[in-house]
Amino acid sequence: MKVSFTGLSAAALLLLGTSLGAQADTIKVGVVAPFSGPFALYGKQFQEAIEVYQAEHGTTAGEHEIEFIYKDSGGPNPDQARSLTQELLIKEQVDYLAGYVFTPNAMAVAPLLDQSETPLVIFNAATSAINAQSEFYLRTSYTLWQVSMPLAEWAYEQGIRSVVTTVTDYGPGIDAENAFVAAFTEAGGEVLDSIRMPLSTTDFTPFIQSIRDQSPDALFTFLPGGPPTFGFTKTYNENGLRDEGIMFLGTAETEESNLQAFGDAAIGLTTAYHYSADHDSDMNRAFIAKNLELHPDSVTNWATIGAYDGTHLIYEMVEAAGSDGPAAIEAAKGLEWESPRGPLVMDPETRTVVQNVYIREVERDAESGLLVNREKGVIATVGDLGWGK
Amino acid sequence: MSLILNILIDGVAYGMILFMISVGLSVTMGLMRVINLAHGGFAMLGGVVAHVLMSEAGVGYVPAALLGIAATVALAWPLERLIYRRIYGFGDLQQVLATIGLTFLMIATVNRLQGSTLLALPLPGGLAQSVDLGFRTLPLHRIVVIGVGVAVIIGLWLLIDRTRFGIRLRAAVDNRATAGAIGINTGLIYSATFCLGAGLAALGGILGAEMLPIEAYYPLRYMVLFLVVVAVGGMGSFAGSFAAALGLGLIETASRYLVPEYGTIFYFACIIVFLAVRPKGLWGRLA
Repeated sequence: MKVSFTGLSAAALLLLGTSLGAQADTIKVGVVAPFSGPFALYGKQFQEAIEVYQAEHGTTAGEHEIEFIYKDSGGPNPDQARSLTQELLIKEQVDYLAGYVFTPNAMAVAPLLDQSETPLVIFNAATSAINAQSEFYLRTSYTLWQVSMPLAEWAYEQGIRSVVTTVTDYGPGIDAENAFVAAFTEAGGEVLDSIRMPLSTTDFTPFIQSIRDQSPDALFTFLPGGPPTFGFTKTYNENGLRDEGIMFLGTAETEESNLQAFGDAAIGLTTAYHYSADHDSDMNRAFIAKNLELHPDSVTNWATIGAYDGTHLIYEMVEAAGSDGPAAIEAAKGLEWESPRGPLVMDPETRTVVQNVYIREVERDAESGLLVNREKGVIATVGDLGWGK
Repeated sequence: MSLILNILIDGVAYGMILFMISVGLSVTMGLMRVINLAHGGFAMLGGVVAHVLMSEAGVGYVPAALLGIAATVALAWPLERLIYRRIYGFGDLQQVLATIGLTFLMIATVNRLQGSTLLALPLPGGLAQSVDLGFRTLPLHRIVVIGVGVAVIIGLWLLIDRTRFGIRLRAAVDNRATAGAIGINTGLIYSATFCLGAGLAALGGILGAEMLPIEAYYPLRYMVLFLVVVAVGGMGSFAGSFAAALGLGLIETASRYLVPEYGTIFYFACIIVFLAVRPKGLWGRLA
């Protein structure tokens, strides 16, 4: 009895010691993202974006010191994401969560957010349904509906009447197909065929040839980044679809981290997206310059900007509400700010940012000699169009 | 009619790429009987060296490819002497574990030095064109791959069946002790053959990069593709690998033209049925 009493008081002293030792006004933010494996680039870019924001704005918001703790979730792995989040909440006592690259990873932690009343800022995962799972989700990236629907409407306005959709057969691909088909048929266009390509496809020629045989005005595609996009765009060019006048319509395919590897085959590809590193604003140029100054090898793309704006949102919430989760969510709703990508508003209902969607075309920049996504048009202030679908 | 022609042309072109990326494995795994899961690693290393030479030193495509292959062979030689020599004697599972470990080392090294994004091997202007076949076009580089594939299969057949080296090699893999006893330097034969396998892997990696782009996770991403070709072709048979690669290319292409929704299931169902009927593959020599 005496022993266990001593043990208890020792534990109590230890606890007291740690809580006294830690600064009373330090707010901890747990970042869950892949830092190893094939998707490690996301984690690296998230961390770089946070460091850029801290270099510009310091490490305090209001009265509070902000500290980031990084956890490696690997690839799409909901169980791992959930247990890391639990560890952050219980062991590290974090007040905010951030990061989350894949939809299943983000979805898996919804019950934890409700129990602990912790706001989570999604830096990437792009399915509309996530935010409906808990009041504590906020998103500073985009949703697939948010970019696919404006693209369909824009294409119709450009005189495109027939389209073949060809997406990779997995969750985000099907989401993008649904969004594009809904908006394009609504506008009055005709979808000739909807092809779903297996995730393991390496040779895209058969799909490209059957699109060519149907000779639509354009094709709409959604592919996972990296090798599949590389193979698809090569095949699109080599089989003469461009010469036949079949326009390429995509979204994230031409993102900056792999763009240079596509070579001249990428020139002329049209995409609708919320961020191009080529965006013409002083704020964007300053943002990229700062990132390059801190991380000379870094390529700024949508993952960087999602994390940068997410960090801004966390700073705003901390300043307004400290560690009070529900109050922080209230403070975030309706918040407006200027980002390197353009003006943003945190939509109070969907809790995804309302933002500009840009129509871009890949060009080779005359000055730098590099391939860039040059903005050709803008569809202003688009909200999450997939909400409730 | 044009559909059948499309399937034939694309199937053969794809099959040749499958053959080129897996021929190195049919040397190391098929002929030397070491379960070499690091095959894709050698293919990647060849591609990475070529990429670095082209993008940072401005070397042309063909010299960069040749240097990439040479660098892979130069690395394979000490690797064979120091590590693979011990792996030959392992059991199957230990070989799998040892070579997958090597693969992880290669992936981590490339990831560390070059990052995880795509490493381009831009084709020279002449090769980047498409050839007009009248009713459709075909990229010129695929025709080049078909030509190189045919040259490689003929060259291997001559080497293994018609040269003194080939006779010694076949003797060494069939019965190493007896071959050694009659004065064949089996150690040297093994080293040379392993380097041949690694060099062919690098050649396949570089030539196939238009379809299977080089990046840090290349060895894992396409491992099933390589293994399937060698398994269906039969261990120890180049003709088997060649026929298997063409057959698999045709089956996959046909299924994607005709039943795109079920392409992957159809492809693997064919392989399962085939291996159930002929577990040794097309021309398997191993009991």
